[in-house]
Amino acid sequence: MAVTCGPDGIPQWRRRTPRGDLLAWAGWLGAVALTMLCFHYISERTIWAFVWDAPAQGADLVSRMFPPRWSYAAQLWRPLWDTINIATLGTALAVLLGVPVAFLAAHNTTPSRALLRPAALFVIVASRSINSLIWALVLVIVLGPGMLAGILAIALRSIGFIAKLLYEAIEEIDPTQVEAVEATGAGRAQVLAWGIAPQVLPAFAGISVFRWDINIREATVLGLVGAGGIGMQLQASINVLAWPQVTMIFLLILVTVLVSEWVSARVRHAVI
Amino acid sequence: MSATAFDPAAAARAWRPPALIGDARLRWAIYAGALLYAALALGSVEVNWTRAAEGLERGARFLAGFFPPDFVSKREEILDGLLESLTMTVVATALGIVLSVPVALGAARNLAPLPVYLFCRGIIAVSRTFQEIIIAIVFVAMLGFGPLAGMLTLAFATIGFLGKLLAEDIEDMQAEQAEAIRATGAGWFQLLAWAVLPQVRPRLIGLSAYRLDINFRESAVLGLVGAGGIGDTLNTAFDRYEFDTAAAVLIVIVAIVLACEYTSGWIRRAVQ
Repeated sequence: MAVTCGPDGIPQWRRRTPRGDLLAWAGWLGAVALTMLCFHYISERTIWAFVWDAPAQGADLVSRMFPPRWSYAAQLWRPLWDTINIATLGTALAVLLGVPVAFLAAHNTTPSRALLRPAALFVIVASRSINSLIWALVLVIVLGPGMLAGILAIALRSIGFIAKLLYEAIEEIDPTQVEAVEATGAGRAQVLAWGIAPQVLPAFAGISVFRWDINIREATVLGLVGAGGIGMQLQASINVLAWPQVTMIFLLILVTVLVSEWVSARVRHAVI
Repeated sequence: MSATAFDPAAAARAWRPPALIGDARLRWAIYAGALLYAALALGSVEVNWTRAAEGLERGARFLAGFFPPDFVSKREEILDGLLESLTMTVVATALGIVLSVPVALGAARNLAPLPVYLFCRGIIAVSRTFQEIIIAIVFVAMLGFGPLAGMLTLAFATIGFLGKLLAEDIEDMQAEQAEAIRATGAGWFQLLAWAVLPQVRPRLIGLSAYRLDINFRESAVLGLVGAGGIGDTLNTAFDRYEFDTAAAVLIVIVAIVLACEYTSGWIRRAVQ
């Protein structure tokens, strides 16, 4: 907020100082210029003839995608069941591995602030920064295609997510309860079980279900790199340009995701 | 403790912490269901252990192929992919923000009439349901291979993310300020500029920075379906069995994700 005087000496209210105005304009100019420059780079790598053709292509694609091949659904139940299992078992494994990491990473529960905490934080960052699809790509090469690679990929990506949110919840607990339990002469494990765990349990349940919901979405595409689930059928259908089958798979994924989101919202609503 | 004899009656009366799920029957039903599911799901994972054992040996050889990471021999391609990813991220975030602000305004119940509200919520729901990869498949089919398809995918995903979170923030704003501005005789756009925007600006900036970070992560996998970016480079490296180059690409991705995460965290702390 700034006040300047007009030429007639009457003070005028302005939102920013002239300097602030200039800086804001420079900022906007820089942002727009950067965006245009980046777009120019993209546009040089784009075959625009294909893009102008897109409405026709899109209409063609839609005409080939509809109606969906309903009978194909019969072959999809098993991959769908696999997809749900990949997500659920992956989440379960991530919970088993992520909870200890979270307790090591929270500054109020970590046994060693100098050594174990940075190590746990590194595990969290490394796991979070690599997408589950990339984990799957690497694991399929090491383990061969199949559900196991998918489960491990989901688990590796989820450890960081679960551990990060859980350790933040642990750091925000009410220390007076911990103190009260300590005052009864409880040991470290007892403090953990009676002072800390009850306080983070609702957050923990919410985080796990939330991640499960995300993992269902991610598990639907893991098959694109060979890691099991309905994505394998998707890849196969796209490769042979069987668009009615692709539509069927999309519909099934849509329904699954909506149901899992509903379940996750209900559970989170119930525990928090 | 050891001096007093164990008293079963007292033990039965002893205090126990309340369970997470209050209803005992529901609790046991959930436990039993979880156990049954775990048995079924684990049964569905077909692991050929002899093959897995072979795989471990082969996997070790593959992993050895990752070391040492080779940044040099495919330097041009890595830099190219990286630049493509970064430009995609910048343009997609900018475009996504520009498109998501009207959607967010329409999806805020305190600003928009019901038909507009339902329409905008519909857009958000569609954008959030499908994985980026699936949207990318459709865009690549329509627009051809290249970064433009990836950029549009990310922009589309940004609409759902920013639109939803921003709409929630607009719905939570203080009505008094809006009323005060309205009382001065301000029109709808003046209301937006002086009552709504100042209240949601910190969150808008914070979410945009966060989305920039997410968009880069996602841009790293879109290449798997031909939508450009460093994922393309990674996929090519895997296809050519150049694991040392793949390792270098992975390291580059992790490094940039870390840099993005710290920058976006710093921006979010600065504005909030």
